[in-house]
Amino acid sequence: MSLLAQQLLLGLLIGGLYGLAAAGLSLVFGVMKVLDVAHGELIMLGGYGVVFVVALLGLDPFAALLIVIPLSLLLGAVLYWGLFGFVVRADEETRVKNSLLIGFGLALALHALAVQLWTADERSVVTPYAGAVVSVGPLTIPLVRLASLVIAFALIGGLHLLLARWRWGKAIRATAEDWQAAMLTGIDIRRAYLLAFAIGTALAGAAGTLVTIGYSVSPSIGLEWTLKALIVVVLAGLGSMLGTFVGGLLLGVAEAASAASFGGPYREVVGLVIFVVVLVVRPRGLFGR
Amino acid sequence: MLEIRDLDAAYGDIRVLSTVSLTVGAGEIVALLGPNGAGKSTLLNTVAGLLRPGRGTITFAGTDLARLHAHLIVEQGIALVPEGRRLFGGMTVEDNLELGAFAPRARAGRTAGLERVYTLFPDLLSRRRQLVRALSGGQQQMVAVGRALMTNPRLLMLDEPSLGIAPRLVASIMQSLVAINRTGVAVFLVEQNVPAALGLAHRAYVLESGRIALAGTAAELAADPHVRRAYLGPLAMRQ
Repeated sequence: MSLLAQQLLLGLLIGGLYGLAAAGLSLVFGVMKVLDVAHGELIMLGGYGVVFVVALLGLDPFAALLIVIPLSLLLGAVLYWGLFGFVVRADEETRVKNSLLIGFGLALALHALAVQLWTADERSVVTPYAGAVVSVGPLTIPLVRLASLVIAFALIGGLHLLLARWRWGKAIRATAEDWQAAMLTGIDIRRAYLLAFAIGTALAGAAGTLVTIGYSVSPSIGLEWTLKALIVVVLAGLGSMLGTFVGGLLLGVAEAASAASFGGPYREVVGLVIFVVVLVVRPRGLFGR
Repeated sequence: MLEIRDLDAAYGDIRVLSTVSLTVGAGEIVALLGPNGAGKSTLLNTVAGLLRPGRGTITFAGTDLARLHAHLIVEQGIALVPEGRRLFGGMTVEDNLELGAFAPRARAGRTAGLERVYTLFPDLLSRRRQLVRALSGGQQQMVAVGRALMTNPRLLMLDEPSLGIAPRLVASIMQSLVAINRTGVAVFLVEQNVPAALGLAHRAYVLESGRIALAGTAAELAADPHVRRAYLGPLAMRQ
């Protein structure tokens, strides 16, 4: 019994990262109607970012977020200017086709680049408190993963406030809802798209940092994280960042439950089952507007 | 103030407007009448920058609008209340109104703008924290006019403001346009409800098949045999 509880707890902890990974994808998809299939590769880049910040500057890995997040923001802006900005206002068919081509191309290129630069080996960062745990009754909570969950929640809470209160946050929501009406209120929608994509990329960078700290990074983790994020976006629906976080937690726990009940290989299956069932039963997702 | 000269517009290969010329002077109320499909909405959307003009010029107070993005046209002082209102349904009344004051020209006057809208539409004040999608059609139209007013326009354009609104509210929306006009804002109105439109407009144009078929003062057009037959006949009067 306590073994199952322990596994579900670990599922919950990684679920927070699923939620964070999905938040960026959800923001970009909700605002630009563009599915960025390279989102997992952006997470992978963030994961290497923390490896280098720790190696070069000797910072604590969690403090590395303060460097990785702004760099990711900048990378997102560059990717919007150079790639995604060209498709966002194309007619629907062109937008869907070209954004997928751009996304897959970017994913392949970033993967190949990462293998060239850093080899295909797994890397992680070591902290002095790596083995520290918090014990609650029979449960053992790894301190690093608990901290990651808290940070993921804080970032998503911050994003929620940004979208609810900030002038440009409201402009981003308005653009997501009706871009022509947004233009008529005087919003420069290109800037709203740029901000949404940059913030989405920054969230990917943050997620990658926490993935490396709690687990490890290699050039090939991208696709897996794109899939997890996509499943969470479908499960939670668009329009609520806090809902996306809850969706991530649900996926984490569901994976753990599935692995505990049917064996390790079934961990990944449950996500795909959720994906299909939600699309059939409730296409707008649990919290979708 | 608004000057449109020899304007052509097209959706793909389908030509919608042909050599349309018209003006709206400062402080005027001008109505644009015509049957469905005549190109009235296309004309407003082109002025607002949602569509690119084909040939011809659109100038506003001497500024060429043809190359400006829509949000910069708002900054010039032109606001459009689009057909079907196009509000942000998932946001509150006040969020919708405040988004209207997004342009630099309107930001400083945000608080005064809100006061202006709530004075004009007292119904909205008690509903300011409600989601827009929960409001009635008439209340939503008030929010739509209010949002456009928040941009601090010199020219307010409206596309079918009476559409989908309870008849008793149509008069009140039209009255609010007169009140807005009295504060010095020019009004350019596309309207199917011809009696209501001619009731408040100073001048009017009739657009048919993408061309200006008639132009004159509201009184002249109300007396015109063609207008009486096509738009003010026994059928039209029942609206």
